[in-house]
Amino acid sequence: MSKNVSSVTSLNDTAFYKNQYRIALRNCGIIDPENIDEYIAYDGYKALIKAYSSMTPQEVIDVIKASGLRGRGGGGFPTGTKWQFTKNSVGDKKFVCCNADEGDPGAFMDRAVMEGDPHAVIEAMTIAGYAIGADQGYVYIRAEYPLAVKRLQIAINQAKEYGLLGKNILNTGYNFDLEIRLGSGAFVCGEETALMNSIEGKRGEPRPRPPFPAVKGLFAKPTVLNNVETYANIAQIILNGAEWFSSMGTVKSKGTKVFALGGKIVNTGLVEIPMGTTLRTIIEEIGGGIPGGKKFKAAQTGGPSGGCIPPEHFDIEIDYDNLIAIGSMMGSGGLIVMDEDNCMVDIAKFFLEFTQEESCGKCTPCRIGTQRLLEYLEKITSGNADMQDLEDMESLCYYIKDNALCGLGQTAPNPVLSTMRYFKDEYLAHVRDKKCPAGVCKKLLKFIITDACKGCTLCAKKCPVGAISGTVKNVHTIDQAKCIKCGVCMESCKFSAIIKG
Amino acid sequence: MINLKINGKAISVADGTTVLEAAKQAGVKIPTLCYLKDINAIGACRVCVVEVKGARSLVASCVYPASEGMEVITDSQKVLDSRKTTVELILSDHERKCLSCVRSQNCELQALSKELGCDETKFKGAVNEFPLDETTPYLIRDNNKCILCRRCVAACRDYQSVAVIGPNARGFDTHIGTSFEKDLKDIPCVGCGQCITVCPTGALRERDETDGVLAALNDPTKYVVMATAPAVRVAIGEEFGLPLGTNAEGKMVASMKMLGADKVFDVNFTADLTIMEEGYEFLGRVQNGGVLPMLTSCSPAWIKFIEHYYPELIPNLSSCKSPQQMFGAVIKTWFAEKNGIDPKNIVMVSVMPCVAKKFEKGRPDQSAAGVPDIDYVITTRELARLIKRKGILFNELADAEFDNPLGVGSGAGLIFGVTGGVMEAALRTVKEVLEGKPLEKLNFTDVRGLAGIKEATYNVAGIDVKVAVASGLANAKKLMDKINAGEADYHFIEIMSCPGGCVNGGGQPIKTAFVRNNIDYRALRSKAIYDTDEAMTLRKSHENPIVKELYATYFGEPNSHKAHHILHTSYVKRGKY
Repeated sequence: MSKNVSSVTSLNDTAFYKNQYRIALRNCGIIDPENIDEYIAYDGYKALIKAYSSMTPQEVIDVIKASGLRGRGGGGFPTGTKWQFTKNSVGDKKFVCCNADEGDPGAFMDRAVMEGDPHAVIEAMTIAGYAIGADQGYVYIRAEYPLAVKRLQIAINQAKEYGLLGKNILNTGYNFDLEIRLGSGAFVCGEETALMNSIEGKRGEPRPRPPFPAVKGLFAKPTVLNNVETYANIAQIILNGAEWFSSMGTVKSKGTKVFALGGKIVNTGLVEIPMGTTLRTIIEEIGGGIPGGKKFKAAQTGGPSGGCIPPEHFDIEIDYDNLIAIGSMMGSGGLIVMDEDNCMVDIAKFFLEFTQEESCGKCTPCRIGTQRLLEYLEKITSGNADMQDLEDMESLCYYIKDNALCGLGQTAPNPVLSTMRYFKDEYLAHVRDKKCPAGVCKKLLKFIITDACKGCTLCAKKCPVGAISGTVKNVHTIDQAKCIKCGVCMESCKFSAIIKG
Repeated sequence: MINLKINGKAISVADGTTVLEAAKQAGVKIPTLCYLKDINAIGACRVCVVEVKGARSLVASCVYPASEGMEVITDSQKVLDSRKTTVELILSDHERKCLSCVRSQNCELQALSKELGCDETKFKGAVNEFPLDETTPYLIRDNNKCILCRRCVAACRDYQSVAVIGPNARGFDTHIGTSFEKDLKDIPCVGCGQCITVCPTGALRERDETDGVLAALNDPTKYVVMATAPAVRVAIGEEFGLPLGTNAEGKMVASMKMLGADKVFDVNFTADLTIMEEGYEFLGRVQNGGVLPMLTSCSPAWIKFIEHYYPELIPNLSSCKSPQQMFGAVIKTWFAEKNGIDPKNIVMVSVMPCVAKKFEKGRPDQSAAGVPDIDYVITTRELARLIKRKGILFNELADAEFDNPLGVGSGAGLIFGVTGGVMEAALRTVKEVLEGKPLEKLNFTDVRGLAGIKEATYNVAGIDVKVAVASGLANAKKLMDKINAGEADYHFIEIMSCPGGCVNGGGQPIKTAFVRNNIDYRALRSKAIYDTDEAMTLRKSHENPIVKELYATYFGEPNSHKAHHILHTSYVKRGKY
């Protein structure tokens, strides 16, 4: 047992947690997600009862509107306005859907909510059903989240047992039923119209808008679709009021946002911070800085649809509009930190590979355009591009943004455009000098043994392809034709005599 | 009404009008590629993009509704550049073997790339390579030329309710395919060829048999008989620039004679024969309590449809061979015997508005003389190709007449080419024969027209006969479902697979989307058929003198044992997958 108990810092006082404020993640890790009683003990279903017993559907919508809550799935559309549109639409049947098809690489906040606090989603969807006049809801979850599926199903069953879901909820006469639909691993099914196609049993691909889901959504009926994190805020807003929520954040972005912090950072994981927190606070305080004393190069937000934030915007207050103004976006909240060892062209290529593979293939700009875009990037990273290619690539980016059918295609060029905007010199180095400054692009990479070599022969022994030759106590050389650029020689050299060239 | 501006010009359009349609009303043609009115408004290709003031990006005009106060620009630099880039991207993943492509000069992609000033080599990079599906006798599916417009998918699903093709895979690998990438021969495709007629490129085409026909025509040991279906004559002229709705029978016959056929006959003759056989079969079923409603059996894609999707209704199908198969059967039996020709040396070439006929000729139980009734089936398009290859100046030819004796067909046989025609032809004969007095009115107008499903009740010799007519298999499906649900009390149902009937068959000249969207070409072709029928004196199948002769000297009477052996067939149950 420790002798000095007072020196142990409370969890909430640690740098990681002290700048966080948890609304969406409020119960995660605190309650047993498979026990409805624990959710109820933490004010669970109180908001639903409040809505049913003391608020009209319009009042519910007014509160959500006044709170300033915007969609947490990426688009940032005002949630209350969306509900209002759906309420105003005429339809014999309406639906409430939840987008739990979290697909951005590295983002897992929705998963955390569903695995840690599934009732929060159920309660919010039931409230939404009351607000817009729907008695049926669907949660569309990616099948790669088996635990989330399991816990949500348990929660649905328990809520039904308790009379909080299903027919005549709490004897109010209101009905709301909820079903789970599993996604089969298509990123594009996170796009709202593709998601609805998929629930309907059709190929998951977007359909043109208008008509918007609020008018003609699932099964051609008026439909509200929000993502998990958005729903996770609803009950708290109803309970604590619009003013409480809107007191947090910036002028146009209220409340908190969960980010999945990753990449070259000491503390990784989910962080929920008030809107308007600076990137510097997130990286230096919450994230604990960059490991190994390396230099910060960029933060990537918004996943494959987003962009990179360069050091000159290190003090930007993170909210929807600020991010868009500098060429990135909130997205679902992925935040990947990059340091000097990252090649920005390579980063752009990584995201393009992802969007190209995940394109549904319906429209030309996305199906073929992103493929050609990727080919330009491959040309650049292999040292075969010229300045004309760079220019053509840029105009292809703007073409795709203007012409693609859905959000996935329209935003696919963002990683390229934003890296070109802030890291043009890296592109030029690849194109003009045929060099990758970060030493990432293998085809442009060369390992060189400098005069610092003591001739210890270790590198020659370690080289898996026998590309290094030299005699003891003499400077060694690398046969570039044989070298496979694995970097083992550089790692093994005790004299730092091997450098990337 | 909605008021909007197109390129600065004010215009009022009806509610629900798309920007594409509004532009047309304003005198502006916006180019399209994937759009096909009524069945394929999906905004996929992005060729029809326009600028709408206030919109975040360009919008696809084919799916974008016009709204009050909207300001649309269809011809800005940005729009024109975007369309050009879109088509250049499509071309970058298109097998550009345009010189020899069957659709060269009738290819919407080719026309568009010229119109938009495209450079087909602008984008370099990976090109998808797909194996051809050549597993059926009727269709070649060449995904290397496919541009993913999905018009074929829509036609298969919406016209035919068959839906055996759709997009597979994702990203750059996306392609149109079958379930589990099976061969076309192993799936319940009915072979109607509607997918071919909506394809803007050469990705879908008939299995061309012209080489075989040419070889036969040049083989002195072969006796080549060519015979044309009713609907061919009202469409073939389009391939030579004649206006839609021209009956070019005389020039068609003249050109076939110049091709070198030994005899040029008319399948209208066996349409008349079908009426005799089918009419008597129907009477037999009514009088003897047979299976009703009786379903017509002329349309081979329809037969395959029943066999795949409604095998329980096979007993309802008339056992009559189709007019094509009856024709080949008569040629290789009666005609061969009469002229002392060994049926093995006869090459029977059938000219059809249909690709399913290419499948039909290979069906079992279609070899009356021990050799296949039909040797080659060429479509209207292939006939035009043959005529062009032989250097025949179609439009310059003087009209010629079909050869005797099997060139004689009635107006009733002719109207087999349009939806409702088989029913009307049957009614003309059945009513007159049963009532024993000349018909006062020959035109049964209730079963005419391009409506998908038509119903009528006619009093025939004191009995109310309830009939239904459907064209397009999606409409046929509705009737079959009614029968299965016990909600149909029809006696006789005519089905043609293609919407509008054979005039719109899968083997007919291909019309661009612009024509399909703006001109009712089916009605024009149909009108040419009805006008010709109206002007004929021989308008009833049972009055065809050669049909009479055939019964008197060869078959005895309709449905005789011999007629059954030669003119009737059987069906098989086919699975779905």
